[in-house]
Amino acid sequence: MATKIGVPAAAQGDGKPSATLSKEEVLRYSRHLIMPEVGMDGQLKLKQARVLCIGTGGLGAPLGLYLAAAGVGHIGVVDFDVVDFTNLQRQVLFGTSDIGRPKITAAADRLRNLNPDIRIDAIEERLSSENALELFRDYDIIVDGTDNFPTRYLVNDACVLLGKPNVYGSIFRFEGQITVFGYPGGPCYRCLYPEPPPPGLVPSCAEGGVLGVLPGIVGTIQAAETLKLIIGKGEPLIGRLLLFDALAMKFRELKLRKNPDCPVCGNHRTVTQLIDYAEFCGIRGEEAPSTVTNIPEISPKDLKARLDRGEDLYILDVREPHEYQICSLHGHLIPLGELPRRVHELDSSKEIVAHCRSGKRSADAVQFLQKAGFRKIWNLKGGILAWSDEVDPTIPKY
Amino acid sequence: MAVKVIIPTPLRAYAGKQESVEVQAATVGEALSAVTTKFSDLKKHLFSDDGRLRSFVNVYVNDEDIRYLQKDQTSVKPGDTISIVPSIAGGARR
Repeated sequence: MATKIGVPAAAQGDGKPSATLSKEEVLRYSRHLIMPEVGMDGQLKLKQARVLCIGTGGLGAPLGLYLAAAGVGHIGVVDFDVVDFTNLQRQVLFGTSDIGRPKITAAADRLRNLNPDIRIDAIEERLSSENALELFRDYDIIVDGTDNFPTRYLVNDACVLLGKPNVYGSIFRFEGQITVFGYPGGPCYRCLYPEPPPPGLVPSCAEGGVLGVLPGIVGTIQAAETLKLIIGKGEPLIGRLLLFDALAMKFRELKLRKNPDCPVCGNHRTVTQLIDYAEFCGIRGEEAPSTVTNIPEISPKDLKARLDRGEDLYILDVREPHEYQICSLHGHLIPLGELPRRVHELDSSKEIVAHCRSGKRSADAVQFLQKAGFRKIWNLKGGILAWSDEVDPTIPKY
Repeated sequence: MAVKVIIPTPLRAYAGKQESVEVQAATVGEALSAVTTKFSDLKKHLFSDDGRLRSFVNVYVNDEDIRYLQKDQTSVKPGDTISIVPSIAGGARR
């Protein structure tokens, strides 16, 4: 059962927004009303619209702000997370004073301050197959601002099953993708990507990171598309995949076709209820990787002790050069992606300790080297982050 | 004929950090083969072991998805752009 904390301000009698604008609302939205593309009709449609924003992070920040500013009468925001210091690089809905607060509470406060006349439902829940359909039922449009594949597929399938449009936006480093899935007659996410990438094949955390402003741009485009769907004006991105490259500052557009064989929205549907999306994305099978694959580990304290004893250990750093610049253990840098090509630089007769930032990439490196015949190879458990925590706090964490 | 293949951000590390590559090819299949020959690290990200394009990677010639054309047999002409568009989920690091 979803927990909703709603404040239905300006709702009248039966809880639905009225079919007129008050004098204050006319003044607030005057810049909308003086444009024929919006006008009173459009603004009333916005007032009566119900939009659910999944995720109130990088994408959710501009999304929530612009929907609230535009006067969408009923906005639901779903997030189970807590504001973290590292969020502030891009999640501009929050401030330093919000660190540690549930995102949903901080978001609702900010949005209600921006527009006290609308209804904001702050839903502190993790979206799942158990609650998605019930949650989505009360809204007309769903906006996907999430950051993982299982939830993407869950949101998509729930929207198709309920016949609701899904305004999709996603980002990676400097690139974004935006489209509208699930519109009747239009394609859905599975038409574009029938299957998710298996975990471990998508570029590792070295390839991650994001330019803070990028979700700002993509989330704002998602807000624009949502408003257009509500007022019924302009050309929404149905059947169109907008690709944005912030570095080149270029937009490109690709055609998205509805797949007649799509298992969710096609002519012969096999997915008629929500499934286990973690399993679909292969995550369940990866729950205990190191015990299954037997990666020999060494803790930072043990490594320090052995180095202090003067042991001849070869420290292999498999991070990227720009990470080495942040901090290092003065290891030999061979980025993970280059390891297959540069493995001849390593001496298998020496004891090698591989490390990365958190221990994941270096675990892959150890696995690779084991397969290449190396026997004296260890993974630094927890990576340089753990080294900072347990051995040398002067090493900055990132 | 010379066609441009656009390398998406998540895969640029495996393509010498280039954002696009010019190759000589008459079909999409030939173009992708030329790219993965030049950058062998890219191959496993685009193709599974049995040589098929991975299902979370889409390929477009100009703005059309090759699944709705002739797949890897889709012919290309000079000036065409081949886009590799992988599935991306978000910027949050796990």
